[in-house]
Amino acid sequence: MTVKYTPEHEWIQLEDHEYAVVGITLHAQDALGDVVFVDLPEVGRTYAKGEQAGVVESVKAAADVYMPIAGEVSEVNEDLRVDPSLANKDPLGAGWFFKILIKDMAEFDALMDEPEYAKFVQANK
Amino acid sequence: MSATQQELQKTPLHALHLELGARMVPFAGYSMPVQYPAGLMAEHQHTRASAGLFDVSHMGQLRLAGPDAAVAFETLMPVDVVDLAPGKQRYGLLLTDEGTIIDDLMFVNRGGELFVIVNGACKAGDLAHIHERIGSRCAVVPMPERALLALQGPKAVDALRRVVPGVEKLVFMTGAGFQAKGVDLFVTRSGYTGEDGFEISVPALQAEAFARALLAQPEVKPVGLGARNSLRLEAGLCLYGNDIDTTTTPIEAALQWAIQKVRRTGGARAGGFPGAERVLAQLDGREPIARKRVGLVALERVPVREHVELQDVHGQRVGEVTSGLLGPTMDRPIAMGYVPPQLAAAGTRLNAIVRGKPVPMEVAPMPFVPNRYYRG
Repeated sequence: MTVKYTPEHEWIQLEDHEYAVVGITLHAQDALGDVVFVDLPEVGRTYAKGEQAGVVESVKAAADVYMPIAGEVSEVNEDLRVDPSLANKDPLGAGWFFKILIKDMAEFDALMDEPEYAKFVQANK
Repeated sequence: MSATQQELQKTPLHALHLELGARMVPFAGYSMPVQYPAGLMAEHQHTRASAGLFDVSHMGQLRLAGPDAAVAFETLMPVDVVDLAPGKQRYGLLLTDEGTIIDDLMFVNRGGELFVIVNGACKAGDLAHIHERIGSRCAVVPMPERALLALQGPKAVDALRRVVPGVEKLVFMTGAGFQAKGVDLFVTRSGYTGEDGFEISVPALQAEAFARALLAQPEVKPVGLGARNSLRLEAGLCLYGNDIDTTTTPIEAALQWAIQKVRRTGGARAGGFPGAERVLAQLDGREPIARKRVGLVALERVPVREHVELQDVHGQRVGEVTSGLLGPTMDRPIAMGYVPPQLAAAGTRLNAIVRGKPVPMEVAPMPFVPNRYYRG
């Protein structure tokens, strides 16, 4: 499955031709430390690309989670709300944040791929 | 690398922090470990359960020497310096002429001199202030040649006594000089976590070897500044710059316990410190205070951080949070903030406005986690 990345350290993975899953990257969870709280977007609401769609907090810091591309939120990860440490334990799997119905596939295609994101993280260290 | 990073100072344990895999951050002009690979939460829990080793060498150590040192130092603070017995340690506050707080500090009567520990970010300003006000009455000697370590937690004494025999005889808020393998140490039984523990002043050149000797003890793990902050907040202790600063008086900050009777109205040495008129008027209730520092516990599991607005139940803005996080020991969001005195009673309901939404909070007594000091 194709996975893309944002400069704000979200990942977005295609589920099929319409839907995608969004979470925070391994790098993001590592930088934050132990995640103790998440705030998730509203199901059914449409968000613009770059709009704040959630919050992730560790003991020491809070960070916003942004919508990687425009879309309507179709589902949020209720397990993550109950156990925010999933974002540390399995950020690319069980620690997903929300799913969206993609509005414009071109926005998805324009995001960074894995090697580009790795380079981006390295350059911003 | 940015200019600020190049200018950061390093503590004598810098190489050891890197070797231990610490994540280093700028703090008080120093490159400091915010956490080690175990992570903040594990480091916090370890300190509450066993013993955590902290590098606090960024803090300022200084000596005030000479026959007039205690009398002179007392003119800068609303606390009893003169009657502090040799070997005893006390909490102090440097005040502006308006009675607001320049810094909070700890000092020990070492017999013949006072040993003072001040906040890292304040140390240059403190030194200048002390020099200016009492530099002609006593020697004011900074001690950059010494590192400062803290070993905190219920098993700190078991670990430290193996390396420095005799420290177990100290009780809370006392200090003494010790020799360990020829190294001159000054140890106090105090700290910033609410736990039993020690702060150890050690010559910079021997600091790394000493830290390694402590880390070799089975009870001890390194702990970063991140957990230091969550531990001190659970213990109800102020962080200078957040909870107290030059806009707050000791009475607004609910630190009147630090003002001994002898310095209060009617005491043998009442007043005579900067801002005394205002501070004592507030303490006596002759001048009302507009706000007071309180502890707060959130009734929902949403962390409430510094600068968050506090509202009363009618939606009126009444104050602000100055420190806040999810307390790892309690697994609940805790905070300190300032509210009008009529809203400062324990149990008072308030709302913290987090991302535009009210999070219900209740004024709560501090410490949030009971102190476990060793008083003998």
